[in-house]
Amino acid sequence: MSDSTAISNSAAAEAHQEHPAYQRHHFESVDQQFDATNFAMWLFLLTEVMFFGGLFTAYLIMRNWYYPAFVEASHQLNIGWGTANTAVLILSSFTMAMGVWSAEMRKKGMLLLFLSLTFILGLAFLGIKTIEYHEKWEKHHVPGLHWSDASFLNPASDPEVYKEYHDPPLAADMAGKTEMYFFLYFAMTGMHALHMIIGISILGFMLVRARAGAYTTGHVTYVENFGLYWHFVDIIWIFLFPLLYLISRY
Amino acid sequence: MSEHNEHPEHEHHIVSPVIYMAILLALLVFTGLTVWMSFIDLGEWHIAPGLTLFWNPVVALAIACTKMVLVVLFFMHVKYSTRLTKLTVACGLFTFLALIGMTLTDYFSRAWGRW
Repeated sequence: MSDSTAISNSAAAEAHQEHPAYQRHHFESVDQQFDATNFAMWLFLLTEVMFFGGLFTAYLIMRNWYYPAFVEASHQLNIGWGTANTAVLILSSFTMAMGVWSAEMRKKGMLLLFLSLTFILGLAFLGIKTIEYHEKWEKHHVPGLHWSDASFLNPASDPEVYKEYHDPPLAADMAGKTEMYFFLYFAMTGMHALHMIIGISILGFMLVRARAGAYTTGHVTYVENFGLYWHFVDIIWIFLFPLLYLISRY
Repeated sequence: MSEHNEHPEHEHHIVSPVIYMAILLALLVFTGLTVWMSFIDLGEWHIAPGLTLFWNPVVALAIACTKMVLVVLFFMHVKYSTRLTKLTVACGLFTFLALIGMTLTDYFSRAWGRW
C-alpha cells in the first residue's frame, strides 16, 4: 500500500468519528448505508416484478382466449392443498418478519429460532408442491413431457374431479389448449418454487452465520434485505393462488 | 422546504411483534375469505353485448391486492421507510400496471383474424 493511500485513510478516519466496524467508509452514517442497500434491494425486486409480470400477462391473455380449456384444466388443482400452502407461506413470512425483529433486538436465540422456523416452513411448502406435481405426473398432465388430454376430451374418465364439477367434454381443439394452462401452471409455480429453493439455500447460509453471531451486532441489513426477498416470493404466491386455483369455480 | 428534507437522517424503526401478529391474523382471515368466496357464485355484470364482467375473479384479485398491500406496508416495512423507498415501490407498481394495461388493450382491440 502506498504512503498516499495510508495518509488519506488516516485523514478519513479523523473526519469520521467513531462508527461501528460494519459501516463502510463511503457512507456517512449507518442509516445512510441502510437506506442505500434497502433502495438497491427494492430495485432488484422491481426487476423480479417485471419478470413475473410477463408470466401473469401471458396467463391473463391465454385465459381469455381459451377460457373453457383454462377453466376445466384448473379444476384439476386441489383447493385444499393450495389453501394449505398459502397458509404455510404466510406463516413463513410472519416468522421471517419476527426473525428481522430478533436481529434488530439483538436476540441471537430468537433469531436462530425464527430463521429455523422459516426454513422448515419453506421446506413444507416445497413438500406440498411436490405432492401436487407428482399427481400431475400420474395423471399425464405434464405438458410436452408426459401429456394426455383424455381428462378433458372425456371428463367422466376422471371420476374424482367429475363428481365435483360435472365438466362437459371439450372439443378436440379446445381440449388441446389445456396443455397451455398446464404449461403456464408449471412455468409460474416452477419459477416460484425455484425462488423458494434459492431462498431456503440462503436461509441455510444465514443460520450458520447467525450461530456465529453475525446478525445480532446491530448490523441487520442482510437479514432485513433477505426478508424483503422472502416476502416478495410470498406476494407472488398470494396472486398465483387465486389465479390458478380459485377463480374457475364460477 | 419541509423539515423532512432538512433532516434526511431518521431513526431505524423497529416494528413491534404485536403488529406482525395482527398482520398474520389478517392475512390468514383474508385467505379463508377468498377460499370461501370462491365457493359462492357471485354472478356477472353484462356491461355491453359481448362484454361481461365476472365478479368471482374480481373479488379474488381484490382480496389478493389487499393482502399484498398488508405484506408490503408492514412485513416489508414500507410504511416506515424513507420517501425514496416509498417512491421506488410506487414507481414499480405503476410501471407494472402500465405495461400490463397497454399489452392487454393491444391484445383485446386487435382485429384478430381479419387480415
